Amino acid sequence: MKAIEYVYAARAKGRCTSLDFISNIFTDFIELHGDRRFADDKAIVGGLARFGNMTVTVIGIEKGQDTRSRIDRNFGSAHPEGYRKALRLMKQAEKFRRPVICFVDTSGAYCGIGAEERGQGQAISENIMEMMDLKTPIISILIGEGGSGGALALAVANEVWMLEKAVYSVISPEGCASILYKDPKMAEKAAEDLKLTSDDMLKFGVVDKIISESPRNITFHIIRNELSSALRRLCALSGEELAEQRYKRYRVLGSHGTV
Amino acid sequence: MFQFRKPRNELELILRNGNKRTPSIPDEMFTYCPSCKKAILTDELADNANICSHCGYHFYINARMRIHLTVDKDSFTELDSEMQSINVIGFPGYEMKLQSAKLASSENEAVITGICTIAGVRCAIFVMEGKFMMGSMGTVVGEKITRLFETATEQKLPVVGFTVSGGARMQEGILSLMQMAKTNGAVSRHGKSRLLYIAVLTNPTTGGVTASFAMAGDIILSEPDALICFAGPRVIAQTTSQKLPSGFQKAEFLLQKGFIDAIVRRDELRNVIGKLLMMHS
Ligand SMILES: [Zn+2]
Repeated sequence: MKAIEYVYAARAKGRCTSLDFISNIFTDFIELHGDRRFADDKAIVGGLARFGNMTVTVIGIEKGQDTRSRIDRNFGSAHPEGYRKALRLMKQAEKFRRPVICFVDTSGAYCGIGAEERGQGQAISENIMEMMDLKTPIISILIGEGGSGGALALAVANEVWMLEKAVYSVISPEGCASILYKDPKMAEKAAEDLKLTSDDMLKFGVVDKIISESPRNITFHIIRNELSSALRRLCALSGEELAEQRYKRYRVLGSHGTV
Repeated sequence: MFQFRKPRNELELILRNGNKRTPSIPDEMFTYCPSCKKAILTDELADNANICSHCGYHFYINARMRIHLTVDKDSFTELDSEMQSINVIGFPGYEMKLQSAKLASSENEAVITGICTIAGVRCAIFVMEGKFMMGSMGTVVGEKITRLFETATEQKLPVVGFTVSGGARMQEGILSLMQMAKTNGAVSRHGKSRLLYIAVLTNPTTGGVTASFAMAGDIILSEPDALICFAGPRVIAQTTSQKLPSGFQKAEFLLQKGFIDAIVRRDELRNVIGKLLMMHS
């Protein structure tokens, strides 16, 4: 499969969205709304759920499942209030010492007047900073599109997993093509050049695990199994140890030379 | 080389215009202000920290000049000056881009880091260089800034940082995005040690840098009229076809919306930073 085919697969309609994963992996999901500052952003869903005998905080970027809900959810492009809601729920998880599980699926944080005037950059920065230091386990799963800062704002975690056909990139292949090659039609080449597939991510150390895409029930089953062993592992660590592990995880990413 | 191309967007235009003279004027005695269109004696402009003496427009200045204007005389010791980028994801043409960026900026990478004193207070400092691939953040920018914050945490020093950036460097793919997490992690640890970080945003500060350490300062200052945004105005105009309000995403707009602490003229910055450092020392 070519890189651009992964991009199209990650964007395909009919692909499972965050709400599918939440309802099939957990039980008793109770959605909690709002950032307590401005509004409730429907591009991000969050709340409490049960996983076995454990209460967890779940947060997902939701693209919507039909035309109407896609519009309603702004196609999974969150505003600052969405990221602030997510952070509020994560801080609450820390307070009650329960793990956070994030599902990431966005073409990017929303680009618009309202998003900018309410501090999109500040909101993403704050999420990254607070997640880096959160004293409770965080697991992020890239389920579709991992679009740049808007994805990273929910993907600073102790473990990052990725579905086989999901993609993760600093810029969309179309954006990259129009800037570098002055031609959005060069997206196929850009997708190749950007190295955005799950295999690439595993090789770079950006993700820890690839979840193979089987029929959906089997995929959910795989994730449930992986989650239960990962949570057992992570819940054995102290808050300080978790923050330390997370810091080290990102600290080593990238390499350089000398003149 | 990128100097000869048509600027691809407003960010590049800002970075490129810098203090370059209008090409139609053979005599370089005068520089024309893009804001008030008046002529300024080029020598006078340099003596005035590249601020237009008529209207106060802040021309681009390079990172070395910025350090010269900010730190106490002879107090600056550079760190990691030899560090340079490699083609981490094997992106076609990246080595060439790095070569021309080095020539265009006379620097090895898009940020300079070091230790200095300002108004007698010892501190760590980073200054981004807009002429190096538009101040974009790749692995080396991320690593140098992370190391600086780690050093500052160890030595219990405040950090003063000047940003100018087109955002994450796409030629380093996902690894450039990861620098946002790496740097903000180091900023967070520095902050948890109850140490001060003053961010000074200069024209333009955008994308992944805005969405990481630029917006993470305890105190965030900006130069007048600086463009500060996550998504650039052109991208927003294109994707939303909304008419952008006047002054949108300029420092004055961010001040009004509550996202920066103060706007400080370049010729006042040294003074203000010095005072802030003294109030925390
Ligand atoms: Zn002027």
